Amino acid sequence: MKKVIATVLTMGLALSMAACGSKTAEGTQDAATEAVSEVAEEVSEAAQEVAEDASDAAEEAVEEVVEEDSEGEEATEEAAGDVMTHEDYVAAELDSEVTVETYVQAKQGWWENEGVGNATFYTQAEDGAYFIYNMPCSEEEYEQLTPGTKIKVTGYKSEWSGEVEITDAKFEIEDGNFVAEALDVTDLLADDAIIDHQNEFVAFKGMTVEASKDADGNDVAFLYNYDGSGSQGDDLYFNVSANGTTYTFTVESYLCGQDSDVYKAVEGLNVGDTVDMEGFLYWYEGVNPHITSVSVQ
Amino acid sequence: MRLLSFGKKSWKAASFMAAALVLMSALPLTACHGSKESLGFEIPEAFDETSKYEITFWAKNDTNKTQTKIYEKAITDFEKLYPNIDVNLRLYTDYGKIYNDVITNISTDTTPNVCITYPDHIATYLTGADTVVPLDFLMEDSRYGLSGSELKYDAPAKDEIIPEFLSEGIIGDHYYAIPYMRSTEACYVNKTFIEQLGYEMPEVLSWDFVWEVSEKATEKNEDGTFKLNGQKVLIPFIYKSTDNMMITLLRQEGAQYSDALGNNWLFEDVTKENLIEIASHAKTGAFSTFKISGYPANFLNAGQCIFAVDSTAGATWMGTNAPLCDIAKDKIMDFETAVYPIPQFVDREGLEISDNKASRLAPGEKKFAMMSQGPSICIFNKKDPQEVLASWLFAQYMLTNDVQIAYAETEGYVPVTSKAQESAEYQDYLGRAGEDNSTYYDVKIDATKLLLENQRYTFITSVFNGSTSLRDAAGTLIENATKSVRRKATVDEAYIEKLYEDTKSLYHLDQASAAGSGKAEFGELPSESKWLLRLLVTTWLFIGIYIFRTKILK
Repeated sequence: MKKVIATVLTMGLALSMAACGSKTAEGTQDAATEAVSEVAEEVSEAAQEVAEDASDAAEEAVEEVVEEDSEGEEATEEAAGDVMTHEDYVAAELDSEVTVETYVQAKQGWWENEGVGNATFYTQAEDGAYFIYNMPCSEEEYEQLTPGTKIKVTGYKSEWSGEVEITDAKFEIEDGNFVAEALDVTDLLADDAIIDHQNEFVAFKGMTVEASKDADGNDVAFLYNYDGSGSQGDDLYFNVSANGTTYTFTVESYLCGQDSDVYKAVEGLNVGDTVDMEGFLYWYEGVNPHITSVSVQ
Repeated sequence: MRLLSFGKKSWKAASFMAAALVLMSALPLTACHGSKESLGFEIPEAFDETSKYEITFWAKNDTNKTQTKIYEKAITDFEKLYPNIDVNLRLYTDYGKIYNDVITNISTDTTPNVCITYPDHIATYLTGADTVVPLDFLMEDSRYGLSGSELKYDAPAKDEIIPEFLSEGIIGDHYYAIPYMRSTEACYVNKTFIEQLGYEMPEVLSWDFVWEVSEKATEKNEDGTFKLNGQKVLIPFIYKSTDNMMITLLRQEGAQYSDALGNNWLFEDVTKENLIEIASHAKTGAFSTFKISGYPANFLNAGQCIFAVDSTAGATWMGTNAPLCDIAKDKIMDFETAVYPIPQFVDREGLEISDNKASRLAPGEKKFAMMSQGPSICIFNKKDPQEVLASWLFAQYMLTNDVQIAYAETEGYVPVTSKAQESAEYQDYLGRAGEDNSTYYDVKIDATKLLLENQRYTFITSVFNGSTSLRDAAGTLIENATKSVRRKATVDEAYIEKLYEDTKSLYHLDQASAAGSGKAEFGELPSESKWLLRLLVTTWLFIGIYIFRTKILK
């Protein structure tokens, strides 16, 4: 009888381990013969963590694949609307569904929300540009969407603080390649017509770096965050002037992070420098270009 | 003697079995729950002032350089008191980013020491092994606890922390956070427009009033501009945080939202009625949200919005003379700003002031209510108890009057201690509203007073592992219904049923569970656990049979 009880107890011991770490049965079987305290403190914890990690990772991977598949199907299905010209797009009402063919020019970082991957893209076709905000895409698709890649996008024309963009978009990759040349819009900065070039890849020539006030009231060439409240890694803001008017330009950290050349170049600017710049003509309550390159003359 | 003999023999066997059973009983508990529950740490006898401790502090500012300077000054002042502690500040402007980074760093065991955060987020951090330090014993410690004898600064006593705010840090059965600042939502109203439309400002802002005025404001001229402002853009009512909007609506209506066990009642008829009501106003252009259109403050200041709901911690962005502003000066409209509690269905006495469809769903249960929000502070566990104690000393320092009052004055925050709230310095600050448009900016101080006067009407939602997702889902319902109706979709019962299903699926709400307390519903036991229980019962059965058999044989 004692043998029976001992056997049952041993089984119980092993089962208690397996109950919490069923995916690592091998480890728990061995551990069952060791001291109980050691088992409790180390093996079970490790087994549980490993099992959970493995299980979570597996589940996520499966979910991701399923979601990606279904997204892919939807993208193919929904991106098949009538393709508009940029002129049609500009004329379309806000909140209406739009379909455009365009080419990736740059992209912000990929991120995941509740298991759904997203990224924001700066895109441009020969006749105009489109900013595509938080477009669902898998990490693999994101890697494929390199500058020049042609995509057909269906989404909704939206406006956020003056920035006209395509939201809730689906896409499919098509054959074709186009990388836009930067259009010099320096002389258009003070002109209302500059909005016609919203989101395009543009250049600014011979502008002068103007002082910004940092958190201590000192004159500086750039700020981390718009008011200097941030630190390295945050968006960079700097003032530049042309024809007597000063504008605030941004290095968007999700587009060009702290290790990028442009980020470092802006950190190295001095008030009074004359600079040439390239970037995307983003809008936030007015012109607010996202700068991708800076060179000091 | 025989009895003794039997006793000895039986005792030996029974001892073995009892010991084994105790271990068996304990082991599954340890194995299943021990690694999930923070074990805390042992408070050292004394803080070691001879060794150097470097701690990291992840903090959030509202993109406000004054707040950054206050953090920096707090660190400098603290380091003067404790020269052997170096505090490294890492600043964020978004709670979501802090949350994501903490989650990432839990897996690599590189969490910060001290972190500004929300209890919702802590509930998720607690799913990691031994991550966040329970503060119960630390707070009570006579030497290093709140107002402890060994502290080198004048910290508040436990009963000097506003009890409602302090209790918000309880998750399960333990304190895992201390409050840092508190705010609520306010409705910033363009009073000039209200009067221009022929209305008088009410004593309490009702939902009916807001909807009615907003609809009236959508009237246009023949050229497509709005009659009210002569501009092409006017969104009369903009809500910044739509998760707060839905959660507060439910609270005001006396409807349930969630409980500490992780149960939720978000996807019910009351929510449906709210969504249909909101969508009807989004359809006419009377209502929109931050995520869809932009910051309420920008529209308000440009004369393109009448009712802007945002945090009291965003008050410095609101109004013609706002010290912070994102729009060009030539676009700012000159108007009078009134600061109100968010729209309500009943007044403070419970008398009905709004009669729309959704509010009738829970008669007699309606409440005057607004959300309590604002950052809290938690500390993360480390191997060295002295390092944890150093973290706690710094966390507690953030509750001293100097830090509390200085930070609260940067925005429409209120200090979380009565010690600071009642201080002569803070009372003087409140009394000087309107003296300038910076420190004493009237809209900011009005927003602060709004919370101070309505602290007892504030509420929080239950915290559990998954409460963040549920909150996100509450906001998503409004965002999607609003977007859809703007895109000419019909928002009706069928639409909402589908929206419910999609939203539940997106946020995995059926997988949410409560954290930490042991009170949670964990769902059906795993099969291994069921077998374990069966085995335990069987073992006891065998023990009984063995004893019975031995007795019989004897």
